[in-house]
Amino acid sequence: MLTELSGGAIAAVAVLGVLAAAGGIAVFVVDSMARATFALLASFLAVAGMLLVLDLTYLAVITALMMTMEMAVMAVFMIMFMMNPAGLMPMTMVHNTRGSAAVGVGAFAVLVVGIWTVDWPTRDGEPPADPTRQLGEAIMGSHMLVMLVVGIGLFATILAGTVLATARGRYDRFGADLKASRPDDPVPGGLPR
Amino acid sequence: MIETATLAAAWGLVPAVVAVVATGLLLGLVVAVIDQTVLTGGGAGSGLSPLREGTRLLLEQRRTTLAPDALLWRTGVIAVPVLALLSLAVVPIGEPTLWSTSADLVWFNAMEALLWAAVWLVGWGPNAVHALTGGYRFLAQGLAYELPLMFALITVGLGAGSLRSTDIVAAQDDLWFVVTMPVAFVVFLAGAAAFSFWGPFAAPVGADVAGGVSSELSGVDRLLVQIGRAVFLGASAAMAAALFLGAGAGPVLPGPVWHLLKTLAVVVALIWVGRRLPVLRPDRTVEIGWMVLVPLTLLQTLVVAVLVLTDFYG
Repeated sequence: MLTELSGGAIAAVAVLGVLAAAGGIAVFVVDSMARATFALLASFLAVAGMLLVLDLTYLAVITALMMTMEMAVMAVFMIMFMMNPAGLMPMTMVHNTRGSAAVGVGAFAVLVVGIWTVDWPTRDGEPPADPTRQLGEAIMGSHMLVMLVVGIGLFATILAGTVLATARGRYDRFGADLKASRPDDPVPGGLPR
Repeated sequence: MIETATLAAAWGLVPAVVAVVATGLLLGLVVAVIDQTVLTGGGAGSGLSPLREGTRLLLEQRRTTLAPDALLWRTGVIAVPVLALLSLAVVPIGEPTLWSTSADLVWFNAMEALLWAAVWLVGWGPNAVHALTGGYRFLAQGLAYELPLMFALITVGLGAGSLRSTDIVAAQDDLWFVVTMPVAFVVFLAGAAAFSFWGPFAAPVGADVAGGVSSELSGVDRLLVQIGRAVFLGASAAMAAALFLGAGAGPVLPGPVWHLLKTLAVVVALIWVGRRLPVLRPDRTVEIGWMVLVPLTLLQTLVVAVLVLTDFYG
């Protein structure tokens, strides 16, 4: 794999890799919600840059797209659920700092040792003409079941997390006998009903 | 990777980038001038006022706030115009794009998503309540229109069978996509206005929060954010002309001229309509986005999918 890349590409991947790791470390070092969030985002964007260098354009832009949205939605969730919603006071964004740092460093070490010691097979055949199309065909074909299970699992987790976190349920909205014609919401919403 | 002719390949990387940046800035200026003309009714000098205002901001001394997060503030302020220009990299200018990838549509959408982060940073950076409120308003609106916007983009990719801008333009040889995808067209333009937090989506910079995101911006900072908003609106109009109106397709005149004319028509229509609508309350947008626009755009995608299956697009 390394031999197929130009010198410039290898240098770019190396620099982006260092940036990604530095961003990850910065999450533990900084003391503000916004800086921790955006250190993490910078780390993910460096990973997206690496994918871009490897000519996996779709994976690169979708990584940038999803991770950015994730960080933005996280900022929204913070104002919904946290005691310090604006994050204007210094605060740490990691829980169990030592434990999580140990897990992070351990995983990093295992992966690096694995990457450099495994005897990777050489490429069999040519790179596809259009990796995006090949990826789409794999997701919609042979890997459809996996993608569906993962997708539904993620969706269920999101819903369950929101349900557990919110204090209001359907009895608050529609009354004890669930017979109110209009839900009693703190924010009215945009549709007349 | 399929080698497609790009501006970067044709002219060399640096001249192509300069050309795209110049195009973007010109588009932004055109948007600002038309916006000003529609707002003021086109009095004498309304064409010059964006330039005059820009020069004034360039010379104005920057003020700051108490204990701002300078690093993140500057990052956000610089990112807004940079992302607007980057989104132009996959818009066909003339015929080719600056940089053709097999996922141009996703690239365009990724730049929009990064704008979320950038604008939130502009609101968070100054450590001020009105600016922060504006930043959160921008995110709250984003939750409403992002999904419909994505479905609109997916519809275009589905119709063309490709995510590459030049393929999408080529797929409209017989019929412009706007004919079979009117809902996607409108949602795309609404998303463009919302990402520029302009017109009916201007609540993040609303007067009720003293200017919101832009309330603490001054001098070059304010200029950069305003340029970013105008350039993004212009780039989106050019993208809309390419995705839905067949880009350079048209009789007699050369392709680039047609694309420019269509882009200008989209800008004028967007501003003429947008400036006549009231500003939407951000807390009223999510329900409309999810209960009305998501089903509508899904239905739009379904119609196009059926048309694709019947070989309607050839």
